[in-house]
Amino acid sequence: MSPKTLYDKIWDAHLVHEAEDGTCLLYIDRHLVHEVTSPQAFEGLRMAGRKVRAPDKTIAVPDHNVPTTLDRANAATMTEDSRIQVEALDRNAKETGIHYYPVSDVRQGIVHIVGPEQGWTLPGMTVVCGDSHTATHGAFGALAHGIGTSEVEHVLATQTLIQQKSKNMKVEITGKLSPGVTAKDITLTVIGETGTAGGTGYVIEYCGEAIRDLSMEGRMTVCNMAIEGGARAGLIAPDEKTFEYCKGRPHAPKGAAWEAALAWWKTLYSDDDAHWDKVITIRGEDIAPVVTWGTSPEDVLPITASVPAASDFTGGKVGAAQRSLDYMGLTPGTPLSEVEIDTVFIGSCTNGRIEDLRAAAAILKGKKIKEGLRAMIVPGSGLVRAQAEEEGLADIFIEAGFEWRLAGCSMCLAMNPDQLSPGERCAATSNRNFEGRQGRGGRTHLMSPAMAAAAAVTGRLTDVRDMM
Amino acid sequence: MEKFEKLSGVAAPMPMINIDTDMIIPKQFLKTIKRSGLGVNLFDEMRYDDNGEEIPDFVLNQPAYRDAQILVAGDNFGCGSSREHAPWAIKDFGIRCVIAPSFADIFHNNCFKNGILPIALPQEQVDLLMDDAQKGANARIEIDLESQTITTSDGETISFDVDPFKKHCLLEGLDDIGLTYEKSAAIDSFETRSAAERPWV
Repeated sequence: MSPKTLYDKIWDAHLVHEAEDGTCLLYIDRHLVHEVTSPQAFEGLRMAGRKVRAPDKTIAVPDHNVPTTLDRANAATMTEDSRIQVEALDRNAKETGIHYYPVSDVRQGIVHIVGPEQGWTLPGMTVVCGDSHTATHGAFGALAHGIGTSEVEHVLATQTLIQQKSKNMKVEITGKLSPGVTAKDITLTVIGETGTAGGTGYVIEYCGEAIRDLSMEGRMTVCNMAIEGGARAGLIAPDEKTFEYCKGRPHAPKGAAWEAALAWWKTLYSDDDAHWDKVITIRGEDIAPVVTWGTSPEDVLPITASVPAASDFTGGKVGAAQRSLDYMGLTPGTPLSEVEIDTVFIGSCTNGRIEDLRAAAAILKGKKIKEGLRAMIVPGSGLVRAQAEEEGLADIFIEAGFEWRLAGCSMCLAMNPDQLSPGERCAATSNRNFEGRQGRGGRTHLMSPAMAAAAAVTGRLTDVRDMM
Repeated sequence: MEKFEKLSGVAAPMPMINIDTDMIIPKQFLKTIKRSGLGVNLFDEMRYDDNGEEIPDFVLNQPAYRDAQILVAGDNFGCGSSREHAPWAIKDFGIRCVIAPSFADIFHNNCFKNGILPIALPQEQVDLLMDDAQKGANARIEIDLESQTITTSDGETISFDVDPFKKHCLLEGLDDIGLTYEKSAAIDSFETRSAAERPWV
């Protein structure tokens, strides 16, 4: 048998049909659904008289629109159009019999945090969702990617997806990370290296000692942003940490089924002599705590650097960099650590898990946020919130001056009331710094939770290593 | 789905790289449960000022390009989220074809599901079409999907690649789900096999 990558193995295990022109039909093991990209798909099914083929493999949770303030049970906290979307999901879930975690359920949260937490996401699965950050689930060695609403409808109807196979890319992070450097710094550094289109046409497998050393939470952060590098999906081969994380989760297999699953999962790795279409290697020791300065996730620099000038770039990036600098209100040559911020947002499917909150709390313990700053922590799920409260993290946040919110996507994409005002500058642990992403005219700097916590204390972009 | 065979129209130039889905259709317009009516908000934050007035400099507000049916843009068009609202807005505005050096994967897929043809070309050819597009309303570009050719206003012909299956679906206006239903037996037998081999799924 010819050697295979992990991607090849998962692909082959899910291939339903391959046409002569290479168009494939791929079986989908888990379909995650949220309220923004699904209403038109359910409506399409209804109009055509079609049914959801596998309700038992379909899991829905509202996350994008839901308010994160403590009074959200009051319907008035939502705008009418948001409420209509959430109600549509309620109704569609009920009518089709899919698994559902409504806003009132303690297990509700961001779909990419709920899936793994409940044991829906398991190694070797195919996982899709009408959301680009579905890449998150690749941390389990699952082939996971975002799809559009037409494809959501296709998966609901057929439990399959029409696909062309992507190419294989290996991103190896060798050695150890230095203190203060996290999974977020890895994933941003990779995007800074490859560019936001560098992964287009590929599925990335992240490997190497620095990746192995990451917790499952950290691995999810790395894979989450594979899409920001343009890749269809990011993968990390499952290992003992993965199995340990999955074991005992509500929807993970038990008993003999667990043993059978484990035996298969242990075959899920790239063979030594597998073919890679592209290989990128970065030394873990070379990665610094980073921030973004512009309006593309590829605009990454170490916190010790200064704001670049448009003339530092070539080609189409010259104009793009100038536009970014104008939008971000930054002057070339300014040390990044002198850039003052107005707001701090810690949360999102990139960094809203318990480990992220622990990292923020480690910096914030016994400290106060800079006076006049707005700072919020939005846990990724109700269960993350409960655990943070149990561990005493919530008290640290509240004493430091952070707002301690309920679970949701919140200010990552600002579809709910959590938004930036024009010109407002935010240290954010989310995944996109696009123009207007966090609110029209809002300025976003992406970074790790520890870096965002450090920025909250000083009121400017800050090297977390100075506070450790 | 609406068929795509031939198109002759004005091309609007947008010489920017990394035009993301938040630019194409900002999130406040994702709160709809319909697919239609998004054209008026296409490129909303670039197209309108804080008072909702048109920004005259923006390309689609210029008289020559108000009825553009083609968009010529920079590298990595459609990067960002999976929102199909992006192609819905483009189509609703009246644009049926986007030409760029490269496209983000999910956006590229979403176009084909909505009767929009995304064409990826080498940078030099995009530059040529960008120059052509700059000429305004008198420069009509023709696109023929069957023969996979673009004809510039000067009569120059450029050929392009397209996935054969996607081309077939666009030309015929085929419904993906209907096509996949024809393979129901294969899906059934996969499920039977899978239930035996991976019962925990």
